[in-house]
Amino acid sequence: MSLAQAGDVEAREPVPPGAEDRAGAGEIRTGGWFVRIVIIAICVLWLIPAVGVLITSFRNEDLVNTSGWWTAFAHPLQAGQWTLENYRSALDAGGLGNSFLNSLAVTIPSTVIPITIAAFAAYAFSWMEFKGRYVLFVAVVGLLVVPLQMALIPILKLYVNGATIADYVVFPELRLNGTFLAVWLAHTGFGLPLAVYLLRNYIGSLPSSIIESAKMDGADHFTIFWRLIVPLSVPALAAFAIFQFLWVWNDLLVAYVFLGGTKDVQVLTLNLANLVGSRGENWQLLTSAAFISMALPLVVFFSLQKYFVRGLTAGSVKG
Amino acid sequence: MAAAPPPSGNALWLFALRLAGALAIPIGAGYLLWVTFDFLRSSDANRIVVVGVAVLVGVGGIFLLYWAMNRAVDLLPARYREGVRPWVFVGPCLVLLAVFLVYPVINTLLLSFKDAQSQNFVGLDNFKFVFTDESMLRAIRNTLGWMILVPLVAVSVGLAFATLVDRLRRGEAVAKSLIFLPMAISFAGAAITWRLIYSFRPAGFGSNIGLLNGVMIGLGQNPVDWISQHPWNNLFLMVIMVWMQTGFAMVVLSAAIKAIPDEIIEAARIDGASEWQVFRRIMVPTILPTIVVVATYMVINALKVFDIVFVMGSAELNQTEVVAERMIRWFFIGGNYGRGAAIAVVLFIAVIPVMVWNVRRFREEEQIR
Repeated sequence: MSLAQAGDVEAREPVPPGAEDRAGAGEIRTGGWFVRIVIIAICVLWLIPAVGVLITSFRNEDLVNTSGWWTAFAHPLQAGQWTLENYRSALDAGGLGNSFLNSLAVTIPSTVIPITIAAFAAYAFSWMEFKGRYVLFVAVVGLLVVPLQMALIPILKLYVNGATIADYVVFPELRLNGTFLAVWLAHTGFGLPLAVYLLRNYIGSLPSSIIESAKMDGADHFTIFWRLIVPLSVPALAAFAIFQFLWVWNDLLVAYVFLGGTKDVQVLTLNLANLVGSRGENWQLLTSAAFISMALPLVVFFSLQKYFVRGLTAGSVKG
Repeated sequence: MAAAPPPSGNALWLFALRLAGALAIPIGAGYLLWVTFDFLRSSDANRIVVVGVAVLVGVGGIFLLYWAMNRAVDLLPARYREGVRPWVFVGPCLVLLAVFLVYPVINTLLLSFKDAQSQNFVGLDNFKFVFTDESMLRAIRNTLGWMILVPLVAVSVGLAFATLVDRLRRGEAVAKSLIFLPMAISFAGAAITWRLIYSFRPAGFGSNIGLLNGVMIGLGQNPVDWISQHPWNNLFLMVIMVWMQTGFAMVVLSAAIKAIPDEIIEAARIDGASEWQVFRRIMVPTILPTIVVVATYMVINALKVFDIVFVMGSAELNQTEVVAERMIRWFFIGGNYGRGAAIAVVLFIAVIPVMVWNVRRFREEEQIR
């Protein structure tokens, strides 16, 4: 537990007792000027690119094209140089509003579905008895390393043509291509190995006494899973949810291949990539579009981050 | 004799009824979802409505399906119930994995031995192409560079930062969040961000607004077209990935550092170890397993890197090709399935050692449990 708290990116909870001892243990542990300067230097280095985008996205088109964004620091209070026009034109002319909706429709189910399926599977792998349990689990983990790109073409053909073995239909012709369902299923398939791996680590490490006593009370597996395991696994579920959400939201390839690139269905990342291609020098439009695409992941990340490390490292890093 | 058949016939009926019920529930639920989905596909309704319904169907549907399948198992005769139930729990996962990962691997393997249109078998021609074509060889060399340099720099900076930030009295959370921030950005967004830094305009095409060239001009130098400076442009692209991934390394390593028992470190200090010795001899060996896991994760990520190179543009012209980017190009733009598949197979073979190692590590962990 102390590991979990210490790992929080933003330590909202009380400092674990170990850390307090450490800070008080000796002057030698706390950093001097050298440590502070190095940390500030790295932070500034990491922030510069993002600051450039932020400032450019609020500047006038003429200024953006004639002077570097850093010149805005020379006279930051000169009101005429700032504008919201870039965001308006990105949302309207760039079609970003529509893409935003599409991204939502792709991302939310593509996050919920794999988590649900993986949680059920992880529970079965941890707490149910059946033949081939171990072998199947190792096989699932082994699939972690299949490069996603390898699966795109066969799946695309499967969606379009179906599959038959000697005239028997193995996979019906569902005309799935270009639908949200196609993308959800693809993201689910690609995300499952990691999800099962992480969740089994966590669910398998829950104390068996709870499950045994629930069984004594006559609860069946479904009830135990739903009422007991899911609430107890919230950190792991949330950690994977962030991971999967960021991955799906930021994905370009899967959505492009299975949903398509036409204006009405394209997702945000694809729209961005197209803008780079078609309006490569329209910096005021590109930067505001980039910021619109970053807004939601940043909100999700900062609101759920306290679960992130806790869920990721549980079971794998032994305190 | 006359009395015996009716109950057994009855039981048989009941059995059949239960089985039919057990099948009907999930099939009914599945059909219901499919109808909703079909409606969704053909409707011209307002985009917001379509998106809203899609999210509801996607999220609600998965819960409905599991609930229905579990109800169906409850209807089965008692002696089969607990034998079937585990498969209801793992079944969907296994089916999806078989369709979306196992099948494609086999299929790609087959494609890689066929020609561009997947008509005729061409033996090892595609693999010969992979290992002789000039651009492919460059891609392999570049990818090796990515696999070595990106994890090395990202883990080193992440480890250094995690160690130092541990000593701050205040501001640790803020500092960590800043480094982690780029993780939440898409490759497309990152590409825009960094194009703004590397941007170059030749003389006569307006003033240079890229940050690096701004610095160059400030220093009295001529502006440089950074992205076409082979072989350095590879490094400039790698910087983008380091920028995005260091945060992940830092957060995980920081958690590992905090988990080191204080007594060990204090004991070393009392014995007169310098701070560097504490770091080198105690901290690094203790968290080595975590370092290895993080580094491996990054090696695989670097092996599969595609988006950065693709979005930054003109890989062939600038000689910044990487393997995954070549594969996409041959598949989708070159239209040569055989070559694309062969590149994919090479990529897959390259990660097999990692897979073996992963499974072995898992077995060891199982034995500890």
